[in-house]
Amino acid sequence: MTAAIEAEGLTKTFGGEFLALNGVGFTVEEGTVLGLLGPNGAGKTTTVRVLTTTLVPDSGWARVNGLDVVKDANKVRSSIGLAGQYAAVDANLTGRENLRMVGQLFQLSRKDASRVADELLEHFNLTEAANRPSKTYSGGMRRRLDIAAALVVRPPVLFLDEPTTGLDPNSRTAVWQVVEDLVANGTTVLLTTQYLEEADRLADNIVVVDRGAVIAEGTPATLKATLGETVLDLGFSDVGAASAASKLFVSSWPAPPVLDGSILELPIDAGPSQVMMALRKLDEAGMAPTSMTLREPSLDDVFLSLTGRRAELGEDN
Amino acid sequence: MTSTVLPQAATPVKRSKLRRSINDCIVVTERNLVSYVRIPDQLFFSSVQPIMFVLLFRYVFGGAIATPGMSYVDYLMPGIFVQSLLFGCVSTSVGLAEDLQKGLIERFRSLPMARSAVLFGRTISDAVRNIFVMILITLVGFAVGFRIGTSFGLYLVAFALLILFAFCFSWVFAFIGLSASNSETAGLMAFPILFPLTFASTAFVPAESMPTWLRWFAEHQPVSIAVNATRGLMQGGPGADTTHWVVLTLIWSAIFLAIFVPLAVWRYRRVG
Ligand SMILES: Nc1ncnc2c1ncn2[C@@H]1O[C@H](COP(=O)(O)OP(=O)(O)OP(=O)(O)O)[C@@H](O)[C@H]1O
Ligand SMILES: [Mg+2]
Repeated sequence: MTAAIEAEGLTKTFGGEFLALNGVGFTVEEGTVLGLLGPNGAGKTTTVRVLTTTLVPDSGWARVNGLDVVKDANKVRSSIGLAGQYAAVDANLTGRENLRMVGQLFQLSRKDASRVADELLEHFNLTEAANRPSKTYSGGMRRRLDIAAALVVRPPVLFLDEPTTGLDPNSRTAVWQVVEDLVANGTTVLLTTQYLEEADRLADNIVVVDRGAVIAEGTPATLKATLGETVLDLGFSDVGAASAASKLFVSSWPAPPVLDGSILELPIDAGPSQVMMALRKLDEAGMAPTSMTLREPSLDDVFLSLTGRRAELGEDN
Repeated sequence: MTSTVLPQAATPVKRSKLRRSINDCIVVTERNLVSYVRIPDQLFFSSVQPIMFVLLFRYVFGGAIATPGMSYVDYLMPGIFVQSLLFGCVSTSVGLAEDLQKGLIERFRSLPMARSAVLFGRTISDAVRNIFVMILITLVGFAVGFRIGTSFGLYLVAFALLILFAFCFSWVFAFIGLSASNSETAGLMAFPILFPLTFASTAFVPAESMPTWLRWFAEHQPVSIAVNATRGLMQGGPGADTTHWVVLTLIWSAIFLAIFVPLAVWRYRRVG
């Protein structure tokens, strides 16, 4: 297998002091999907900007399709598609005009650019809105148009920066479907996300970044194995009760429990029987939770288990 | 939601580097012109302002300003032409700052296109718009009594000279637009430059009435030079004086280009 994207030791400071990237490095094999997972301010967009040649790193190097992103920037640009975090479409142009413009900037003939534009509009279910200025589009339509613009030349490597943030469930599933289609046709995709669920569904590999550095890397399965399939949230009347309950599980539970205020979070990977076991343990100790929820682990849980702090805190320090 | 298979990729046309740059430039210019037409209020206000200036100076200040050798309206109109075209350059900086803010420049920068195409596309489309402004003000001028004292041919020479001068000057604003933190700032940053240049000039009043220090500036700065060249071409005729001002205007245009094209392209490469 050959690598479609390689990055090593990327650093970038903004305003002299602030380290947005602090040695990010990873490899994406051709035809696979990498999920770049991290909280706000982790450095996801900055990484994407370096890989798509719009930002020059302070140190480290990166190659896309074997081409250096700094030295061969223009060649890299011919073989990538980018849908940035904030849909970058011209509000005054219609959907069709936006796509045609991008096609022509890839040196397609007018005729080819129009044909590709029409086919993409069809594919993204935008044909009806094709001749309306894109400022009249809903957020989801604009996002779809933006992704379509990244696909104008069917680039071998595609970058999607938070492609589904702010989309309704239907639009989200549609975007996922597009990514799956592209990958089935051999495209390499790097997508950033804040949703573990999304990375889990689409990515072959996940790289978790925090404060500009990679803190974990692996397949969704290995990452989830450290977390448990599901999480059992047990609410108690107060912090003291929760903390007393957590002592019951510290040494005897397969994965360590997490205490969040008056809520005790227990990783569960053996299904209902394990939930019953947890409740039995509490019952034997004469303790009863006031609430109980069973849920999928979130990015927050990945974070807590990897860094010992909550994901939201990422931006504050 | 996604109904069909993804479209087949099309093959790019093989073009030389120069042809590619020209293509990119045309595509961006077209895109800007379409935007102008789509936002009628912008078009409306960019023509209303010059018309107001014509009426204001012609009827409010005009009576109080003495001009040697020609009627005030004939003295005024060359000044209005230059002033309107230069004020139009504000849209160069605002347009670029908006593209920057909306992430469009980020997209352009990730495409394999010529680095200068976004900037040339902007300045050229602003020059095209200036052609319309120039025609419009000429018509308004005729309506309030302006007459060409020389010939239609020389009026056209002045027309072309001013479009070129404004095009070169708009590169200053391209640089400003890429340096501003947002489009509002980009618009505001233009006025400390435009006001002294257009009002402390020979555009609306003869410099003789100004204090000595201001008079020196007013007589030597580029806007006055362009106004003098226009006045010479439209009213004075092809004397040695007119040639002198035309040549100086061309030299200033070249200076603007030589300094601000590289600066703007440099800014473009490293914005964000
Ligand atoms: N142009 C810039 N100037 C100054 N600071 C910047 C710039 N771009 C990013 N940063 C800072 O670098 C850090 C990383 O930003 P980045 O946009 O890469 O994060 P992110 O992981 O994409 O976050 P989000 O999920 O919010 O999009 C942030 O703290 C951000 O404030
Ligand atoms: Mg981001």
